[in-house]
Amino acid sequence: MKKTGRSLLAAVFADPNTALALDLPQWSLLIAQARRANTLARLGFLLKAAGSYDNVPTKPKQHLDSALVCADRFDLAVHHELRCIHAVLSALALPLVCLKGAAYVAAGNRAGLGRLFSDIDILVPEACLAAVEAALTKAGWMTTTLDPYDQKYYRQWMHEIPPMRHLRRQTTLDVHHNILPKTTTSCPDASLLLANSQQVPGTDYWVLAPEDRVLHSAAHLFYGGEWDNGFRDLSDLDLLLREFSGQPEFWCRLAQRAVELNLQIPLYYALRYTAHLLKTPVPTAARHRPAGYPPLQVRWMDGLFERALQPNHPSCRSRTRELACWVLYLRSHGLRMPLHLLVPHLWRKEWRKLRTRRQA
Amino acid sequence: MTLSSLSPNAFSRALRQQPAQLAVGPFHVRLYATIASVQQHLAVHYGAFPVVGDDDFIDFDIALVRPLSLRRYYRAQVLFLFEGHTPFKPLPFAQAAAFFEWGLNWCIASHAHRYLMVHAAVVEWQGCGLLLAGAPGSGKSTLCAALVGRGWRLLSDELALVSLDDGLVTPVPRPISLKNQSLAVIRAFCPDAVIGPVVYDTSKGTVGHVRPPDASVIQAQVPVKIRHIVFPKYQAGAVTKLSTLSKGYGLLKLADNSFNYSILGVHGFNAAGDLCDGADCHAFRYSQLEEAVALFAGLCS
Repeated sequence: MKKTGRSLLAAVFADPNTALALDLPQWSLLIAQARRANTLARLGFLLKAAGSYDNVPTKPKQHLDSALVCADRFDLAVHHELRCIHAVLSALALPLVCLKGAAYVAAGNRAGLGRLFSDIDILVPEACLAAVEAALTKAGWMTTTLDPYDQKYYRQWMHEIPPMRHLRRQTTLDVHHNILPKTTTSCPDASLLLANSQQVPGTDYWVLAPEDRVLHSAAHLFYGGEWDNGFRDLSDLDLLLREFSGQPEFWCRLAQRAVELNLQIPLYYALRYTAHLLKTPVPTAARHRPAGYPPLQVRWMDGLFERALQPNHPSCRSRTRELACWVLYLRSHGLRMPLHLLVPHLWRKEWRKLRTRRQA
Repeated sequence: MTLSSLSPNAFSRALRQQPAQLAVGPFHVRLYATIASVQQHLAVHYGAFPVVGDDDFIDFDIALVRPLSLRRYYRAQVLFLFEGHTPFKPLPFAQAAAFFEWGLNWCIASHAHRYLMVHAAVVEWQGCGLLLAGAPGSGKSTLCAALVGRGWRLLSDELALVSLDDGLVTPVPRPISLKNQSLAVIRAFCPDAVIGPVVYDTSKGTVGHVRPPDASVIQAQVPVKIRHIVFPKYQAGAVTKLSTLSKGYGLLKLADNSFNYSILGVHGFNAAGDLCDGADCHAFRYSQLEEAVALFAGLCS
């Protein structure tokens, strides 16, 4: 198996029926890549949707069954957690606006199928942060860090308050007031996101508008610095785009909204790589490079993203992938914080690591 | 073909060049074993295990390797890799073989949700399945090794795999892990038992493994119906005593000792309920292995 180019997992995600032609050693690789990419249950759902699930050989099917069992249990837990959070917010007369994985599950999006995540993300108006935090604390969610620097870092510069953990259930909750850190040069206006958010029919949950859900996912992936779940997040985008592309004027609204929220570049990359790696049917008109964005930079970013978006499995891993992830990690910090804030921050983090290591 | 069909030299040479692929109960395990103590562990315990061909499916891809850091040499450590990732922190190099067994337990317990998995030993005598469940330190492995030493078939030492379809237990015969004083107890009780190299100062104390009987390994495809569910408790000086437990209480205790009861939801409840319905549930206190073995032989005849 070649270490660059498309992985077996990506090929099967692009066209699940190709899985039926695999021999058993290839199935071993596919299951392992899917497991490492945190998408084993999703692979099961995709094969089911394609009508090929019953033809999967017994052994690999047992792993898919197993992952689907876990996904069912996870789904139950997420809904319970959302009900608990809703009870707190409704007392403040605030809607529960879910983000990312929780939003896909709440909205019943295909991207929610087999989507496992460790924390629930919600969006509240910045003006209400203090009240929300106090109410959550009263209901059992405690802040996870007592370090004064961390507290200051989150509250002064980030788009969320420090993560909160429920005392009894040990579940983690990220309370956001925006989708990118305040220090990002192209930070979108959060009130625009809230203004367009919509209630999921028949539930108490709210989610961002379809195009905003795509843009948030794109911004999270292509401005982010953690690539363990890179393939999973790209697959989120693929499933969201395939699902929403049936809506009238979707691609126009998406492009327009990217301008309003100042997120054309992450959207450009999202459409570029979903189409390239997962064969998402993106119209050619939607795939134009943003005006003024240098083509050489795209070539350079291709080299980085195509490596980082591979499943994190030894068959796809290479020295250059590690290097690419590291460069992208630095890039994400550079994008999210101006240098005069970033350098002291990274210095402080390193210094603290050294100190705790010496004490240990 | 089994592992033991290779000569010891060819065996160790083969393992240096390519991984061992073994059928461990229903699971196909690929193991990169370049470390001598792991190779020796395989030679002692896994000789009778069937080899899995290159054209077959692999459930768990495992490697035990030395880290690429100072700890390769200085206070040497060993890493457990599952599909290229390290789910655990490294352990001292001397514990490599035990690390393989613990790591494989984890692989099974976190991925095989087509079974209700109970932390239990399972043995069989003339078609009568006996499930010994209990927390670590309850003496279930000692009891299991004693029964196996007296001719019972070994189905599992750590993990009872209860099928969600038919309620039968699927065998996954593997080396029986004995800790601390149990090692001397079993050496005295069944002098024929093959016990591999003993590892000291692990998180569980001193650990050694008993080789699973070839007959149990050969019968790894034959599932068993559980007739008796026993919650043993070793207590120094205790009089041997078997007392009946209600099925309801048995179910709660099974759930308590299960790895995935909560993940399986209603299926787990049904499987545990059916298991208790089809078996008698007992609490068991003992200190004399000889009496214990006689009692279970009577129960199953």
